[in-house]
Amino acid sequence: MAPLGLAIAMRHLLHRRRQTLTSLVGVSLGVAFFIGIASMMQGFQRDFVNRIIDAAPHITIKDEFRTPPPQPVFAAFPDAAVRLRGIKPKDEVRGLRGARALIDALEQMPGLHLAPTLAGQILLRFGAKDISGNVTGIVPDRERLVTKLERDLIAGSLDSLYTAANGIIIGEGIALKAGIGMDDMVSVIAPSGVLLRMKVVGIFRSGITLMDNYDTYVLMKKAQVLQNRPNVINRIRIRLDDVEQAADLARAIETRFGWRTESWQEQSSNILSIFVIQNAIMYSTVGAIVIVACFGIFNVISTVVFEKTKDIGILKSMGFRDADIRRIFVYEGLIVGIVGMLIGWALGYAIVEFMASLRFNLEGFVRAQGFVLYRTPKHYVLSGAMAIFASTFAAWLPARRASRLNPVDIVRGAA
Amino acid sequence: MSPAIEARGLTRILPGLVPVTLVEGIDLTVQAGEFIAITGPSGSGKSSLLYLLGLLDKPSSGTVRLQGLATEGLDGDQLADLRLARIGFVFQFHFLLPEFSAAENVAIPMRRLGAMPEKAIRARADELLEGLGLAEHRAKLPEQMSGGQRQRAAIARALANDPALILADEPTGNLDTASAHLVFQTLRGLARDQNRTIIVVTHDTELAATADRRLHLVDGRVVP
Ligand SMILES: Nc1ncnc2c1ncn2[C@@H]1O[C@H](COP(=O)(O)OP(=O)(O)OP(=O)(O)O)[C@@H](O)[C@H]1O
Ligand SMILES: [Mg+2]
Repeated sequence: MAPLGLAIAMRHLLHRRRQTLTSLVGVSLGVAFFIGIASMMQGFQRDFVNRIIDAAPHITIKDEFRTPPPQPVFAAFPDAAVRLRGIKPKDEVRGLRGARALIDALEQMPGLHLAPTLAGQILLRFGAKDISGNVTGIVPDRERLVTKLERDLIAGSLDSLYTAANGIIIGEGIALKAGIGMDDMVSVIAPSGVLLRMKVVGIFRSGITLMDNYDTYVLMKKAQVLQNRPNVINRIRIRLDDVEQAADLARAIETRFGWRTESWQEQSSNILSIFVIQNAIMYSTVGAIVIVACFGIFNVISTVVFEKTKDIGILKSMGFRDADIRRIFVYEGLIVGIVGMLIGWALGYAIVEFMASLRFNLEGFVRAQGFVLYRTPKHYVLSGAMAIFASTFAAWLPARRASRLNPVDIVRGAA
Repeated sequence: MSPAIEARGLTRILPGLVPVTLVEGIDLTVQAGEFIAITGPSGSGKSSLLYLLGLLDKPSSGTVRLQGLATEGLDGDQLADLRLARIGFVFQFHFLLPEFSAAENVAIPMRRLGAMPEKAIRARADELLEGLGLAEHRAKLPEQMSGGQRQRAAIARALANDPALILADEPTGNLDTASAHLVFQTLRGLARDQNRTIIVVTHDTELAATADRRLHLVDGRVVP
């Protein structure tokens, strides 16, 4: 029966070329757009995540607490309705207290590299330009283990922080904004009031816009001088051999030591949540295309069923079972789905390769020259499955109607 | 040997606000090789009776035995299988599938039955068409044939699975006298030469007179 039902289905489709073509176009476009958009979006997102994982620490321990410590009065009256007003925060010295023990404990863990740092804000003055930025006090030998700052340097070197008297490494964005070049002297002003004249000994380009536009690096000792906090660190940055463990490990560290500990996902959560929205938009767009394509198929098969009422009547009186009739029209949807999928694959491939050939400068969350595309068979499998499922489903409804037609009504009516 | 078809108390009432009685209390026994004509005024229930005998419609009461086989308890698929293997229908309208050539149309029931290899199916389709004088029209689409040719192609299709019973509902209704005679002679030949049972509904009393037996219906009942 399979070949016969298929043969009848093929004839039906071939005899209404224009309708068949229209529904094919719908399915193909759905599949092609999915492949194009998905590879663009996912390419961008994966590229971003890779860059973040590559450039930023996987885990950062901060000298903060996620929730403020409970006030003693609440502990004193656990069952009462207590309201406190005008709490004056304790003017405590900030910083990771007991960092030595913390570092010792962390260093016991395998596959973990860490660099203690002191991070803060600065104002960078060069000529008439004032630029605010972040400063991170680092130890170059440890920094190598934790970030790829050294690889990102487009001028200078990490070790020249040791050799220069007051060396600073700045991001390319800052350099371009203020017209700062290598070996230029800049004034660095910290909120503590300390002002240092520093020499630019390195410029880096990470490709992540936020970092390139705001981050600077100095020796740890200089950072402590700038902030007037000798021997204090306020961040421990951690790199893991297995980045997948970042979230779990961050939670474990925070539970154990109390300090606010953020994984890279949490640090980039604003951008990652934009990705979620992006994906939602993508899937609903493609979903809408598929639904439209479904309507097209539904329409075509319904028309065919209507036009083929006489044929259905004779086939049934001849001895075709209900299921045979249903199969004919489901085959029609399936054929449209499969052929549409194949055309859509070819078209999607062409779209992706075309986008890959485009060259332009783009600066958003990251800096890129053209689209970053992610090519994976998954997109083909997913879009193909979607096309076949949708077209079969769209054909199923009219097919079921066809199989339920009463042949007596048809042969009586057509006489 | 059991009769080709045996109907007992066949009644078909269409349910509804006002139930419509199509046929009522029909008793009929037809032996293999008999050629029967059903006549009667328009609306007397001739087609309805044919659908019941052909297992296309189910009676409200009464029974149909096909070659001794009781059909009351059978479900839709089983009835379809019986129609496929043992019954051939010819209607006033040819009902050929418009996308398929005459030979392909004739091949469809054989392919559905799947009892023969494709090559044998094609050979038999050609043979059937040749027997009905359609040899040179075998590759034509229905729209490229005349009314009489289409009707003969439809007869060839009804014969495809070598059915014991052929049911024809005014097969000559749309044809001119010459074509009608040809089709009728063909049907009669099938009964006489191939021992098939033929039941034909017709308005044409002259043609009906040539049948072995005549069944006259009025208001859904057999009248002598
Ligand atoms: N679906 C239906 N609803 C109501 N009445 C129906 C229906 N089908 C058939 N009838 C009625 O049943 C009666 C028998 O119909 P049937 O088609 O069997 O007659 P017929 O003898 O074949 O007539 P004709 O010679 O015109 O073909 C007719 O009066 C017809 O109007
Ligand atoms: Mg009739």
